[in-house]
Amino acid sequence: MKPAAFQYFRPATLDEGLSLLAEHGDEAKVLAGGQSLVPMMNFRLARPEIIVDIGAIPGLNGVALDHERLTLGAKVRHFELEHPTFDGPLAQLFATAAAHVGHLPIRKRGTIGGSIAHADPAAEWCLLATALDAEIVVQSTRGSRNIPISDFFEMYFTTAIADDELLTEIWVPALRDDWKTGFSEFSRRAGDFAVVAVASAVRINDGKVTEARIAAAGVAGTPVRLVNAEAALIGTTPDADVLVDVAEIARSEVDPSGDLHGSSEYRQDLVRALTRRALSQSI
Amino acid sequence: METADHDLWVGRSMRRLEDPALVRGEGRYVADVAAGSPTARFIRSPYASGRIISVDGPVFSIVDLDADGVGEIESVLHRPDFLKVSQPLLARDRVRYVGEPIAVVVGRTPEEAEDLADEVIIDIEPDDDELVHGDVASTNTVVDGRFSTPDFDATMQSADHVISLTMTSHRQAALPLETRGASAHFDRSSGRLTMHASVQSPHVLRTALSDLLHVPEADIRVVAGDVGGAFGQKLPLAREDVVVAWLARRLRGTVSWIEDRTENLTSSWHSRDQQYVLSGAFAADGRLLALDAEIECDVGAWSCYPITWAAEPLMAMGELPGPYAFSDYRVRSVGTASHTCPVAPYRGVSRPSMTAALERLLDSAAKEIGVSPIEIRRRNLVTTFPYTSPTGVVHDEGSYLQAMDLAVERFDFEKFRERQANARKVADSGLGPLLGVGVSTFAERTGYGTPVFAQRSMGVTPGFENVEMAIDPSGFVHVRIGASPHGQGLETALTQIVADQLSVDTDTIRIIHGDTDRTPYGWGTFASRSVVICGGAVQIAAAKMRDRLAEVAADVLEANPSDIVFSAGRASVAGTSVGRPISELARIAHHRTGELRPETIKGLSVVAGYDPAGTFSNACHIAEVEVDPETGSVRVKRFLVIEDAGTLINPMIAEGQIRGGVTQGIANALFEEVVYEDDNILTASMLDYLPPTATEIPDIEIGHLHTITDATITGAKGLGEGGTIGAPAAILNAVSDAISHLGLAVNELPATPDRIRALIRGREGQ
Repeated sequence: MKPAAFQYFRPATLDEGLSLLAEHGDEAKVLAGGQSLVPMMNFRLARPEIIVDIGAIPGLNGVALDHERLTLGAKVRHFELEHPTFDGPLAQLFATAAAHVGHLPIRKRGTIGGSIAHADPAAEWCLLATALDAEIVVQSTRGSRNIPISDFFEMYFTTAIADDELLTEIWVPALRDDWKTGFSEFSRRAGDFAVVAVASAVRINDGKVTEARIAAAGVAGTPVRLVNAEAALIGTTPDADVLVDVAEIARSEVDPSGDLHGSSEYRQDLVRALTRRALSQSI
Repeated sequence: METADHDLWVGRSMRRLEDPALVRGEGRYVADVAAGSPTARFIRSPYASGRIISVDGPVFSIVDLDADGVGEIESVLHRPDFLKVSQPLLARDRVRYVGEPIAVVVGRTPEEAEDLADEVIIDIEPDDDELVHGDVASTNTVVDGRFSTPDFDATMQSADHVISLTMTSHRQAALPLETRGASAHFDRSSGRLTMHASVQSPHVLRTALSDLLHVPEADIRVVAGDVGGAFGQKLPLAREDVVVAWLARRLRGTVSWIEDRTENLTSSWHSRDQQYVLSGAFAADGRLLALDAEIECDVGAWSCYPITWAAEPLMAMGELPGPYAFSDYRVRSVGTASHTCPVAPYRGVSRPSMTAALERLLDSAAKEIGVSPIEIRRRNLVTTFPYTSPTGVVHDEGSYLQAMDLAVERFDFEKFRERQANARKVADSGLGPLLGVGVSTFAERTGYGTPVFAQRSMGVTPGFENVEMAIDPSGFVHVRIGASPHGQGLETALTQIVADQLSVDTDTIRIIHGDTDRTPYGWGTFASRSVVICGGAVQIAAAKMRDRLAEVAADVLEANPSDIVFSAGRASVAGTSVGRPISELARIAHHRTGELRPETIKGLSVVAGYDPAGTFSNACHIAEVEVDPETGSVRVKRFLVIEDAGTLINPMIAEGQIRGGVTQGIANALFEEVVYEDDNILTASMLDYLPPTATEIPDIEIGHLHTITDATITGAKGLGEGGTIGAPAAILNAVSDAISHLGLAVNELPATPDRIRALIRGREGQ
């Protein structure tokens, strides 16, 4: 339970940090809130030679919502999103999801950028980024690029971030006030990683669903959009019966593998239950 | 909480003397002693079964232990069906479970020790040898207990109803907050070994170290300082502890080992890996006439010293009949070795799973016969005492029926059934949780000494407790005990007993424990024994001390010892105001002995022992649960305990024991499970092994009854394990009640959401 030896850097500027990543490549790991990396190092499951602690880099911690998008700095802590300084349908969704991230001490230290870069397929932020079509901004000494979320998560704990790149911002498209969001998570105990979680955002005009985004975590190596369920919901006048039908479609479009926290069938059952519960908040 | 209506300390919820240092963070655990010392790290087997080809690196292995003539651990039970194996301290030739210690390195720091461990290369040829101890046995059966009453067959055949069920209890780990650990120091000057260890039985560890390392016990001191929970897991001898002691002698210095959580989860002791196949023969009116039981206990790869790997199966066999009066019983209880972590007693020892099985059987029978769960228990609970069970276990007087009646009255079943019916209506539309209620009644055998352990034919027979008591010249009372509390608050409880017996203030009393140099030989703290046995010995010692003080006072006051009375720290002549403070008598007894008659014994010290046959406490638990039919999750909404443990020395401490036990019982019922897949352990960290948090545990309501019997001299019955014994049964009955309208019941521990959902899904498919 003690980490293997490593070299520790705490760059004072973004440029310095990016230079370190450029120099050390895959031997380096970025340390932000440390809530995933440090336990993995203590178990010696991760043995980075170099730690680049981005804690002293100025910035990277902004929260700003304009008519176009919600921009979140990589170092924004979970706790700040549990008590958002912005409002609207996204605020409701982020606050609800943030309350499910670990326990209070974890939420006070862990960061959204760290969570998304870690890419645990059951993590709340990875789910929201997927549901909301976020873009992930990464920087390196080579420049900056935006990665659409559909290209970002590759598999369990694996993303499209290159070895010399640092995740600096998350861009979430703004939702107008005719959207409503929903979030439902099942975990064995308060504070655990989700067994399954479902996030939804639904746009209703004149009583009919015109746009829908539904995504599930805990059912594959990455969060997944439930496109069949979305399609089934669009155009309906959503009532309880519609949600039951859509939830059943959601259940049948996931094919999770089982593990000791839930069999494949059980996770499918959860997708159905949680989809209905999330959507009932979204209509 | 209860308050005393008299001047005595016993019966008061006195604040625990142990707590101020602990809450200030000033407790002294092994890791506090070990800080800064060289650290041992064990290299453990990644395979469940295999042949060790080679061990390379900066390590000590069995070769080094053998070269020193270090012995092997042998736990003995004198039964023909018992498989005795001899356990080397590190794996020799073969590995038998994932996590088995093979070799050990010593670094200057924990980090360095882990680095060194990384350098060790162990070559193992894995195999799938089905026999765990094929070198000495042609079977994995380690004990095969059988028992039958003569009329069993006839009674079974005459019954109106035969109800059968299979109850599966998956493996659980005790999970003490403080993992195991030891810090051994070899003193070059004296040649003595001082071993700080997180254990329940420091004297037994001393004997084992002496036997295995061939060092006189007189040259070994074992200290169990603050111990952060144990629950049975620190009762058996740890191979690692012995290796650490050997390393300290070998390296002529200090070596420490603090178990990490993964080691604790994979390589410490497990429990409760059991299956019960029960058939109950019932009369038409619901009376249980006969019980048939087939019990299988997976006991892991090695026996445990000194309790042995027969502990779980034989406890299950002997005590399954529980609090119910019936005459015919047939049982076969088998312990089976497997390529998994060894099993040892964990709080409750078989009784949580056996009670769950029997209580589920009663509820199933009630449903079949058409009476309520309360009524079927009413018709079967023992009401005439003393009662002798089919296996010959004698129950002293209890309040089995009264406890249930009081619990039922407090719970208010009538209102609950209304709420349950409403919830079912809502749930039918798919939108709400189901409600269920479950009852369990049980008797808890506690405080048993040599008479009971001797019947088990163990090679080592624990039982008695001795106490040495002295009053120093300043009037302070030193109480040296062989019990070894590790979180129970025993210091406080014993202080209350002494304060009453001697009429002295509690702050003049010191309870000294957990140090073999300062305490008489004893068996430590386990099996809900310490308040009963050690408390009894303390009460006897204090009475003797009072007699000694009376002699001193009689000399000083020129009176008869029989006329001396004690009150508020003074000894006085009865009916007069003539007296002396006990502190002054203490000074006289040591420093001014010329004032005493020559024949009066000088100084103030006494010894006493106690070794009772045991006593049964009893309880009724009622759980109300909410079951989410869509997710299968269970939430415990209400948990009610009516407990009868006789005289409560300290009601607050008693209630703490009940709450902690119920919490571990809820863990057993709903959350905790050690999972192996093809003998590989999957639950190796707290990410995968799931103890409940405060969020998952409801307030636990407690009420007390007080049946005082002459089975113990203090009137106190043990209650350390009852919470864990009754809670799983109550929860399973409650969950089964919640889904009973679907024709479903759950007979598996833990009742995980996945399992409950699978039951409901099966019903939906029909």
